[in-house]
Amino acid sequence: MSRQIIVPFGPQHPVLPEPIHLDLVLEDERVVEAIPSIGYIHRGLEKLVEKRDFRDYVFISERICGICSFIHGATYCQGVEKIMGVEIPRRAEFLRAIWSEHSRMHSHLLWLGCFADSMGYENLFMNCWKVREKILDVMERTTGGRIIQGVNRVGGVSKDIDAEELKRIASGIPELRADFTELTRIFDEDLTVQTRTKGIGMLPRDKAWDLGAVGPVLRGSGHAVDTRCTGYGAYDELDFKPVVRNESDCYARCMVRAEELFTSLDLVEKAIDRIPAGDILTKVRGNPTGEFHARAEQPRGEVIHYVKANGKKNLVRHRVRTPTLANVPPLVHMLAGCELADVPVIVLTIDPCIGCMER
Amino acid sequence: MAITVLKNLVKGPDTIRYPSQPAKVTEATRGHLVNRIEDCTFCSLCQMHCPADAIKVSRPDRTWTLNQFQCVICGCCVSYCPKDCLLIEQTYLPPTTEEITVTLKGPDEEKPEEQGSGGTRG
Repeated sequence: MSRQIIVPFGPQHPVLPEPIHLDLVLEDERVVEAIPSIGYIHRGLEKLVEKRDFRDYVFISERICGICSFIHGATYCQGVEKIMGVEIPRRAEFLRAIWSEHSRMHSHLLWLGCFADSMGYENLFMNCWKVREKILDVMERTTGGRIIQGVNRVGGVSKDIDAEELKRIASGIPELRADFTELTRIFDEDLTVQTRTKGIGMLPRDKAWDLGAVGPVLRGSGHAVDTRCTGYGAYDELDFKPVVRNESDCYARCMVRAEELFTSLDLVEKAIDRIPAGDILTKVRGNPTGEFHARAEQPRGEVIHYVKANGKKNLVRHRVRTPTLANVPPLVHMLAGCELADVPVIVLTIDPCIGCMER
Repeated sequence: MAITVLKNLVKGPDTIRYPSQPAKVTEATRGHLVNRIEDCTFCSLCQMHCPADAIKVSRPDRTWTLNQFQCVICGCCVSYCPKDCLLIEQTYLPPTTEEITVTLKGPDEEKPEEQGSGGTRG
């Protein structure tokens, strides 16, 4: 038996977009065990809820993450609206769905780019981010922010999208679909991608369930679980089928994300067709009392925002269970037994968002 | 991929040479926060609601101070301003190496009653 050594991986590493530290126990080039440690960028955002008005806290909840910010803000608002018994206008729910799906597309394209970069495929990285820019342009035109939209309010949204702009977004969909088709074809057929992803980082179907994986990690292991199917917000009117792959390896997780780009485009198309006219913001009076678990599907999986209030303008507790935290135990399982050179690729397939996880 | 390479050769770069070329902005873009100080009543609502604690208002000195490095341009203060003197402009501020704090001093109070009634809203 060879001698075991421990190689530190992260928090600063060329392929890691965010700081997570892994102690890799190696036997020759093979990883025997991976021991994760987190806590490098804890900002204490949840604690701030005790000092801020619950309406102003929307802006802070959006800043939990720099990628899936819109859905964080929307889920926090969902929670507060529920405990206040506020029914938000239907148009606002559709607008939230349109922006959520744009947010998902930009996050997936960002990830596909980073994933290509982790394999040393710089050209593909640039192409993914080039396409992503078109999504960010739509976000900036409609909300004023490329990454942090800042349009969520308790009671609805602060900005409307007029008919002309909706038409403009709809007219850009065929071009985006063509771009996505080309990118998906490369990820699906390219030899570089296949050799680095197929049969690597296996997470069997039953293990994925037992370890509590969420999002594309779970769907890449054959489970058709998507929080959007619960029908929150406008999703009760927007029917879709979750993307599921059965290969359970890095390739499956990559293809789930690539194919979800098309699902999101279809959802945007449907939302634009069915968006009703009307108000976008309900006036919220008084302070919230009660507690609620709000759930939503983020690009990385299911996010849970727990809010608790006692009738004052500051909430008592705000707790977020982010999808990355749920995907760390499956990651540890995937890493055991892999080659050292495959570690960056495997770590990236859970789409780690550490800023989100530590808040 | 070959088609993409050919397209790129014909079309040229997709990026712009910021900051020598200005960044693209839209009508909705949140670039930076400005205050029309002559309309400001120094009610401090913007300071109270700023999620980033970037605004300091002094009513006795009639000054309004913004730490532009701390400001996250969320627009929260704009929605609370009773006089609508806070505005978000579209252009992004140029990159700098030093922290910028803007202090604006309002005109001296001429009509104490009127200024007072505006201030009570805060």
